[in-house]
Amino acid sequence: MASSETKAHEGGEVKGPATYLVEAVVAIGVMLLGAVVIYGSRELGAGWTSDGPGSGYFPFYIGLIMTISGAGIFYQSLFGKKGRNTAVFVDGEQLKRVLSVLIPAGIYVFAVGFIGLYIASFFYIILFMVILGKFSWLKSLIAAFCVNALFFLMFEVWFKVPLFKGQFDLLSFLGY
Amino acid sequence: MDELNALFHGFAVVLTPMNTLLMVVGIVLGVLIGVLPGLGGANGVAILLPLTFTMTPTSAIIMLSCIYWGALFGGAITSILFNIPGEPWSVATTFDGYPMAQQGRAGEALTAAFTSSFIGAFVAVVMITFMAPLVAKFALKFGPPEFFAVYLLTFCSFVGMGKGSPFKILASMTIGFALASVGMDTVTGQLRLTFGWLELMRGFDFLIAVIGLFGIGEILLSMEEGLAFSGKHAKIDSKIVLATWKKLPQYWVTSIRSSLVGIWMGITPGGATPASFMSYGLAKKMSKTGHKFGTGELEGVIAPETAAHAAGTSALLPMLALGIPGSPTAAVLLGGLLIWGLQPGPLLFVEQKDFVWGLIASMYLGNLVGLIVVLTTVPLFASILRIPFSIIAPVIIVICAIGAYTVHNAMLDIWFMLLFGIAGYLFKKLDYPLAPLVLALVLGDKAEDAFRQSMLISQGEVGVMFSNLLVGSITSLALILLFWPLISKALDKIRPPKKDEFEADRPVD
Repeated sequence: MASSETKAHEGGEVKGPATYLVEAVVAIGVMLLGAVVIYGSRELGAGWTSDGPGSGYFPFYIGLIMTISGAGIFYQSLFGKKGRNTAVFVDGEQLKRVLSVLIPAGIYVFAVGFIGLYIASFFYIILFMVILGKFSWLKSLIAAFCVNALFFLMFEVWFKVPLFKGQFDLLSFLGY
Repeated sequence: MDELNALFHGFAVVLTPMNTLLMVVGIVLGVLIGVLPGLGGANGVAILLPLTFTMTPTSAIIMLSCIYWGALFGGAITSILFNIPGEPWSVATTFDGYPMAQQGRAGEALTAAFTSSFIGAFVAVVMITFMAPLVAKFALKFGPPEFFAVYLLTFCSFVGMGKGSPFKILASMTIGFALASVGMDTVTGQLRLTFGWLELMRGFDFLIAVIGLFGIGEILLSMEEGLAFSGKHAKIDSKIVLATWKKLPQYWVTSIRSSLVGIWMGITPGGATPASFMSYGLAKKMSKTGHKFGTGELEGVIAPETAAHAAGTSALLPMLALGIPGSPTAAVLLGGLLIWGLQPGPLLFVEQKDFVWGLIASMYLGNLVGLIVVLTTVPLFASILRIPFSIIAPVIIVICAIGAYTVHNAMLDIWFMLLFGIAGYLFKKLDYPLAPLVLALVLGDKAEDAFRQSMLISQGEVGVMFSNLLVGSITSLALILLFWPLISKALDKIRPPKKDEFEADRPVD
């Protein structure tokens, strides 16, 4: 579901970066990405070899189109006919909510690297439910345990798809 | 008739206990996926794809396609009850579905939606049954130039027919192509665009991209409005179902028209979303009660749902016969086929008869089972959405992480998923379409191979793309579509433009 309209919150102004600014920044990002692709393709040989197009031929033109598109978006966002889109891209309240999911998710993924998917998920669900959902510790613990036990049974036992146990294999006592 | 024989053989393949069980499991999972935010059709299939590695390809594709049907059905539930489209193609269903729910006619709306979906899908599957072998035979004439021309057509039609800035479509597409080219080059074996980072030798897997873009991105987007979900109650009992079924036949014109729109949009790389909108718009213009659309007209639910399902189903035809997916979910299914070592295209019909006809037979049965399942379990699914988001959200993220990991057993992929999630959030907010990105990621390598083979055959002559009637016409069509925005602007100056009244509401897919 895409929604680029912002709901105004009661009382107080809606504050946040204007959409056209974010568009311009992302457009620059696209251009940079295009430049990187072009650079990489040139290294591989973007011309014609005796066997036909070189390895970098296709990516070179992809990078070129990308850079041109990025430039086009950049131009349109700042100087386009429809004017600058001054709708707020994301206001403080919304950004807080998004980050409240994103940052824990980042920490979660970081943790997975060390303690594996099951244990990290266990703590992640508990903490999410307690801090953001305001559930009691006991309920969260039970819920997290049930979910992870279910996944463990589903993946390790039933489908026989081993999941990541992390650098420190803490679940090795289970024999999987 | 060969096709009917093959079809019955397919039914025999499907109706084994194991496959039937997988069908039901698939449908239930699919509806669940369609109902929950963050797990869309493409995303759900992507996550569950690695689970199917232990099954035979036939069983696997049966389960996955049933998940697909389930998701198609499930998207309607949240649209009608919660005014939240579960899938992009369910947006049009909210226009009349939610008002109907508000008037207490939710059961009627849901029955109409599910039944229309079934009819749309059924018509499409019948079409596939008879058309697929024909298209496959036709496809035998395709050599590398023809294939590249078709890929070109696919991507150009995104640029030409897509909503929103063509630059953004191009940007999205080229990002997909660029991501696809990272890794080992299939022709020369060189490592491309890895910049010395060995981990990138595998390249970017489209599954990770799909899970990140559609899954994590969706959750981040939903988080903006906070964690509240409240919806209308719905009960479906048999009286309502029968009463609604009595009303449906009078809309047969709408159904047929919507099915045809859906089939056309599904086969061409339009997909289910434009199909549902186009069908709604047409119904509104041509119906006697058109002016009442938006206030809770039954027809306003029938039209988009029939079209969306017909489109979603027919998107599988080009995928099977030509290897060109007509929608992001079909693209994921295509990826699955490739992973299992099955080469879609005309040879699939010859070499893997069991697989193809098993799949087609499962489409019939899957839709029927799906209809029965959703009619009986709507209250259950509606109540799942009453589970607080603060429980569902982390569980979905965990599922996505598991899904991302199981693709290549690589921890790095989970990080990529997160990055794709942020990108998905930004792109959705900035109206960058994601479908071209996914399609480019899936098809990028094959399109490039087709291009390079064509160049090898022609020794560098780009004119090979016009060398015979077939290839020439496809290429010309592609170029026309590519420049369509410019052409239509020129045409607009000659005649007055028709206003697209749904311009504002149509989501960028």
